Amino acid sequence: MAQSLSFVFNVLDTPEDQGQEPSPYDESEMHDSFHQLIQEQSQWAAEEGLELQQMGSGTSGSDHQALLGPEGALAHSTATLRILASMPSRTIGRSRGAIISQYYSRTVELRRRASRPQLGDLGRLARPSLRLYDLELDSTALEEEEKRLLLVKELQGLTVAQRDHMLRAMPLSLAEKRCLREETRIARGRQGHRGLPSCCSRLRYACVLALHDLGLGLLSALHVLTPWRYALKRIGGQFGSSVLSYFLFLKTLLAFNVVLLLPLLAFTVGVQAAFPPEPLGSVPAFTGLELLTGGGRFTDTVMYYGYYSNATLNQLCAAPPDGGPCIPEAGGLPYNMPLAYLFTMGAAFFITCITLVYSMSHSFGESYRVGSTSGAHAITIFCSWDHKVTQKWASCLQHDNIRTRLKELLAEWRLRRGPRSVCGRLKQVAVLGLVWLLCLGITLGCTVAVYTFSEFMIESPVPAEPEGALLALPLVVCLLNLVAPYLYRCLAALERHDSPELEVYVAICRNLILKTVILGILCYHWLGRRVGALKDQCWENFVGQELYRLMMMDFIFTLLDTVFGELVWRLVSEKRRRGRPEFDIARNVLELIYGQTLTWPSSPPLPRLGVLFSPLLPAMQIIKLVLLFYVKKMSLMANCQAPRRPWLASRMSTVFISLLCFPSFLGAAVFLCYAIWQVKPSSLCGPFRTLGTMYEAGKVWVRRLEKGGPGVSWLPWIHQYLVEKTFPIYLVSALLLAVIYLNIQVVKGQRKVICLLKEQISNEGEDKIFLINKLHSVYERKEKSRAGRMQEAAPPPALLTEDQDT
Amino acid sequence: MGNKQTVFTHEQLEAYQDCTFFTRKEIMRLFYRYQDLAPQLVPLDYTNCPDVKVPYELIGSMPELKDNPFRQRIAQVFSDDGDGHMTLDNFLDMFSVMSEMAPRDLKAYYAFKIYDFNNDDYICMWDLEQTVTKLTRGELSAEEVTLVCEKVLDEADGDHDGRLSLEDFQNMILRAPDFLSTFHIRI
Repeated sequence: MAQSLSFVFNVLDTPEDQGQEPSPYDESEMHDSFHQLIQEQSQWAAEEGLELQQMGSGTSGSDHQALLGPEGALAHSTATLRILASMPSRTIGRSRGAIISQYYSRTVELRRRASRPQLGDLGRLARPSLRLYDLELDSTALEEEEKRLLLVKELQGLTVAQRDHMLRAMPLSLAEKRCLREETRIARGRQGHRGLPSCCSRLRYACVLALHDLGLGLLSALHVLTPWRYALKRIGGQFGSSVLSYFLFLKTLLAFNVVLLLPLLAFTVGVQAAFPPEPLGSVPAFTGLELLTGGGRFTDTVMYYGYYSNATLNQLCAAPPDGGPCIPEAGGLPYNMPLAYLFTMGAAFFITCITLVYSMSHSFGESYRVGSTSGAHAITIFCSWDHKVTQKWASCLQHDNIRTRLKELLAEWRLRRGPRSVCGRLKQVAVLGLVWLLCLGITLGCTVAVYTFSEFMIESPVPAEPEGALLALPLVVCLLNLVAPYLYRCLAALERHDSPELEVYVAICRNLILKTVILGILCYHWLGRRVGALKDQCWENFVGQELYRLMMMDFIFTLLDTVFGELVWRLVSEKRRRGRPEFDIARNVLELIYGQTLTWPSSPPLPRLGVLFSPLLPAMQIIKLVLLFYVKKMSLMANCQAPRRPWLASRMSTVFISLLCFPSFLGAAVFLCYAIWQVKPSSLCGPFRTLGTMYEAGKVWVRRLEKGGPGVSWLPWIHQYLVEKTFPIYLVSALLLAVIYLNIQVVKGQRKVICLLKEQISNEGEDKIFLINKLHSVYERKEKSRAGRMQEAAPPPALLTEDQDT
Repeated sequence: MGNKQTVFTHEQLEAYQDCTFFTRKEIMRLFYRYQDLAPQLVPLDYTNCPDVKVPYELIGSMPELKDNPFRQRIAQVFSDDGDGHMTLDNFLDMFSVMSEMAPRDLKAYYAFKIYDFNNDDYICMWDLEQTVTKLTRGELSAEEVTLVCEKVLDEADGDHDGRLSLEDFQNMILRAPDFLSTFHIRI
């Protein structure tokens, strides 16, 4: 492994050097003396011939021991130390001049990014390169003040937003940043007054400023609207980043639901509420049970699909002859409800999809980096202290965690845990296999239970009342969803994983399998069996009501579980003196995702199940999430403690969002496509009453457009050639695959480059050591020869004293 | 609401807004937090830029910092003279860098300075030992501390000179996914 040399630089200990202590601001002087020294040395090398080569072979990379002095530490001459004190690498951290140079070059690169550098500007240099802009390598060594002026000049060339971005990212003190900003504004202002600003540019400038202010105003407003800032701070302070990630995920889901709800409200719910259809029958009275079952009074309202008319609203028709199409009279804006329904779903779908994919890729980019180091010790020391933690006992816990982790790492390294005994490994594999078998068995059991129960519900005649009986299936499903994860948790205590991350992933896997399978059975039950069973009635309404019931039951059970379950667990744990239970992040996150899967209709990539059948479900989901936040927070504060083993919270949020995207996406996509393309809508209710499938609404409209005239002929053309045929789909898939392949190759290339650069750094380090030692030997020789000459010149002191004595 | 305050001039507030990651409202909120630390010392009128420094003892007693083992280093790094006494500019700078909107590079730079206890622009063995001792509250033995520091140097020292330069530190930290979320103080 690497041999570490410790250099002891006693710069401050040499008294004669105190006055000449080189400050980082004297860079240019020092560089010159360095050049001079090299020249001297090469002169001597030329005189002494082969000595350099001998030295070079002696100081090969692995032979560092030969360079150590007798005391075990290198003692350098003061001249060498002065030079070393002024090396550029020593001064980068502190020197303002170096920072300014660095940011000057960055600013120039930013400014020139849009346009290529003018050839005329390249003046003296023979070959244009990016180094043109690096002041440090420029042969004319500039004073700090000049560098600053150059920086100010470059900053003026940027737009306001870019300048602010640059200023904020500079590691200078706030006072200096304000000075820079002032200078930039003054200079810009002066230029403005000198020239004759045309009306256009002044107007443009005013617009830019206004937009900037508007942007800032919106940002402030957004911060005001950001809910729960203080609550999140308390949670992060007491429990750390990992538990906080759950609550941040909850907040993200809330945002998604709000984004989902707005277009729905605007285009479907609002419009239909403004033009209510005639009531079909008598309206039943409101009983409290509707809140749970979603039926009764709520059946014939905007909540469900069945309420929406299939005609064009607000269109005053003349009496159509022979039942042909309506001829619109003057006045009124026709609003085609089926089309609006379909398109709103699709648009909300795409918005959610894009938002979700963007947030997932952003989160992924933050947490996974090419060439990630696996330095466990370094990361534990530098990255594991969570500065958000503010409570005394929580920070004590962090101290304990870090100490335990370091001890574990050291123990691992000490024991050099090689291959475990065959017996031990077999045992571990057997335990793992057994636990997985048991878990899969439990899943299978739950699936079979749900299936038989649903079949039983279909077989037995479904009475209109009592409505309470309809709650049976959701009750069974929620019970199973509640009990099974606890069983998984108990079984997981048997197996012992190395990292807490792996434990969480395995738990997530198991819970995910359970929920996916149960949801799959339910979908089959609704779309396959119920549609058949309810041939004459409005099956979409029924499915919407089922979803509503499921969501309500899920919410009630979550509340009960949180309030009582965690309380009971805490009492049991405290009795056994094991301390409070930890907050089970995996299970809670999966519950959130499950709830969202039931509701999310317009999320990006695909509207989830519910929206299609019950457009107001996102509103209910929003209410549910808000309540859930407060309940979970209360229970967390009262019952739980921070996780014992620290784990990577940032990767967790990426995993959560990916889970939200992928299983939900695929599942909901399949469900939705099947519902739109294959299933016949019921003939009694809803906006797609008279059509064969929901998709036909689009087809009908396209056909109407074709007759419309040449102005809109491109839309039917698109429909005919891009949507109906399968070739474009293949083309798009091929393109996607190509893009993915290219990205993989780029990442591979980056990894290779990182390896090469690391080697280069290591080589440069060895070069530096070699040069330092060479310098040292040169100076030593110089001083020896000087001392020798002085000794020859001066009389020996012993003779002098003898003369004096006598 | 922001237009009615009398603490700063409009230009000052704009300057703060442009140079930090905070909005107007947050800057005012931070100012009042700063003022609460030393109500007799900090005037309520900053329009003529008074030169007021809140001593380190008061800064270190803030609830966000009082249990942080690195609070002294943080205050020293962000203060003008390296002694921990902070002006309002230093205070805003500190929380701006430690906020969640600051980019990685900036945080890595200041993290390096915080862990460099002897201010020699390198994290040497001694700095690492100090860090480990502060992190574990002295509960590891001296031998264990030395062992841990040696392993850290093994992992992170790219040019094998026995200490971490800024580049070594940045290379290691910028690739740790957790750094952004832990090097963050909420205020």
